[in-house]
Amino acid sequence: MIKINNLTKRFKSGDHDIYAVRDVSFTVPEGQFLAVTGKSGSGKSTLLYQLGLLDTPTEGTIIIDGVDVSSVSDDDRTMIRLNDLGYIFQDYAILPSLTALENTMLPLLMQGCSQQEAEEKSKKALARLGLLDRMNNLPSQLSGGQQQRVAIARAIAHAPKVIFADEPTANLDSETSASVIQSFLELNKEGQTIIMVTHEPEYALLAHRTIVMADGVIVNDHLNK
Amino acid sequence: MNKGSSVEKSFLQHLSVGWFLAKRDIQRANIWTTGLIVLVMTLTFLNLVVVSGILVGLIEGSENAQKTYAIGDMVISPFLNRSYIIETPTVVNIVKTIPGYKNHTVRYTGSGRFESDYKSTIKPGENRNGAGGAFMGIDPIQESSFSSIGKFVIRGSYLTEKDQDSVLIGKNLLYEFTPIEAPGFQTLKNVSVGSLIRVTVGENSKEYTVKGIISSKVDEFDTSVVALDSEVRKMIGRDDLNAGTVAIQLLPGTDPVFAKNFLVQNGVDQYARIQTAEEAFPKFLKDIKNTFNILGNAISGIGLVVASITIFIVIFVNAITRRRYIGILKGIGIHKRAILFSYMFQAVLYALSGAIIGFILVFAVIKPHFTANPIDFPFSDGILVATVSGTLMRALVLLITTIFAGYIPARIVIRQNTLSAILGR
Repeated sequence: MIKINNLTKRFKSGDHDIYAVRDVSFTVPEGQFLAVTGKSGSGKSTLLYQLGLLDTPTEGTIIIDGVDVSSVSDDDRTMIRLNDLGYIFQDYAILPSLTALENTMLPLLMQGCSQQEAEEKSKKALARLGLLDRMNNLPSQLSGGQQQRVAIARAIAHAPKVIFADEPTANLDSETSASVIQSFLELNKEGQTIIMVTHEPEYALLAHRTIVMADGVIVNDHLNK
Repeated sequence: MNKGSSVEKSFLQHLSVGWFLAKRDIQRANIWTTGLIVLVMTLTFLNLVVVSGILVGLIEGSENAQKTYAIGDMVISPFLNRSYIIETPTVVNIVKTIPGYKNHTVRYTGSGRFESDYKSTIKPGENRNGAGGAFMGIDPIQESSFSSIGKFVIRGSYLTEKDQDSVLIGKNLLYEFTPIEAPGFQTLKNVSVGSLIRVTVGENSKEYTVKGIISSKVDEFDTSVVALDSEVRKMIGRDDLNAGTVAIQLLPGTDPVFAKNFLVQNGVDQYARIQTAEEAFPKFLKDIKNTFNILGNAISGIGLVVASITIFIVIFVNAITRRRYIGILKGIGIHKRAILFSYMFQAVLYALSGAIIGFILVFAVIKPHFTANPIDFPFSDGILVATVSGTLMRALVLLITTIFAGYIPARIVIRQNTLSAILGR
């Protein structure tokens, strides 16, 4: 379970304070598929970066499984990201010098898996996303949709507690987008907690719950039918 | 949440992931860029080894020539207050019993004045064309087997035992080779093979035919007029066999210090001065060698700084243009130490490749080439001095420097904020 209390992210702009996220509180139960939506500049991505420990909040706390992770050291944040969190970025963010298989293996190797174990787990994740036949391809040899699926495989291979997806379909055509969302739904069905930022209402509706943000605050938080 | 149970990633694990990333980065890098970096590292390594090696080799070439052609592994010479070795035949007999003895030569020496135009009439106040130098007497067969001096006769031919009226003349005494005219220093003009010269030692004078000209890069011969030992003994007025120098060669592996001690134990030090080659080398040669060594190290040091800057720039550009790559790595939980190791591995691989190629070039190509074709310096045949241990030490220095040069820029870039790096802001 993730519990967010009075989370605020403030930036300085000259003499002014700009609030990207302001006093946000909510809880994400284990196994929930949460969609965070809102207009551009509403603070949804900033919120995701704080939750995913890619950035440090100005105020407030983030409690994951009872542990306050909002003020841990940089090294501890890295370790939490490695062991408990998975990321899917809008522009895939897979490493260009590594093949699909190597990209997927990397977090597993960092966790201490042997080469063979990492390879087995990665192949399983890639097979699940229909990419086994492309596992030895470099990102430059893959389409956008395939690259995004490699990113998903990398995010799930080490079985994280939460997957964070930042507009994962923004750069994809509708058909590929649908298959990516389908992958999320399948993962969620198996109990995977997913927090996805999206500006596409039809995908947000497929989640259990939608949080709508505007000007850094939650303006709507509802369960989807 | 298993934060508490998450164990600190071990050093070896970081090394392993660093290697995983570095290996693939190099494998998939542009081959021309990698080739260029390795070339720079190879040239830097060669600069470290070859520049100082040649500077030192220039003097060592001279020392080697001295050892091979002039003084051997050790030399016996008169005490400073004498002009000859007392009891030379006795000394020679003891020399032959040195364990590890190989060969020796006995030379007789006097100071002579050599004139070429002694038959012409000169005006009052004019000086005859002449030069001063050593008048050295040798046994042609013994000397040839010791120093192979015959091969340095660049014109004419070497002496035989019957050449009582002939001499060899060192090139430094001839104006043709040493065109210097300074007060107190003259060289002989218009002297070539077949010319007659007059040799004067003290009150004795004799006319000799120049049979050959020597060019050996060893002062002992190049500044001397060389005649048969019997001739020199006559000219310097010696009716005994006491000589000016006994040069000794030892079998390979024989320690000259041991040989010197042997001679001392057998009383040779009562008759003459005993020196190993190292002791006998002129002090200025040792000073120049030390100076060149310092100079070589200074130049190598500059080369090392250039190499460090090269690696620094390569790694810095590599890291700075891949800020996002580093951001993603950190974002997915790759420890910064593992990322740092990946850059350091790359730096080490570049340096190692350069050092290995450089090492092969030094010992398989450059050193054998210089040994076979020494550089023709005016006073020595310059060789490349490069020992395996010394070269390995330089490779290690290059490697350590490179590790630091790779570490600093990578650390600067890795310390940047993860999110800013991912978002490229």
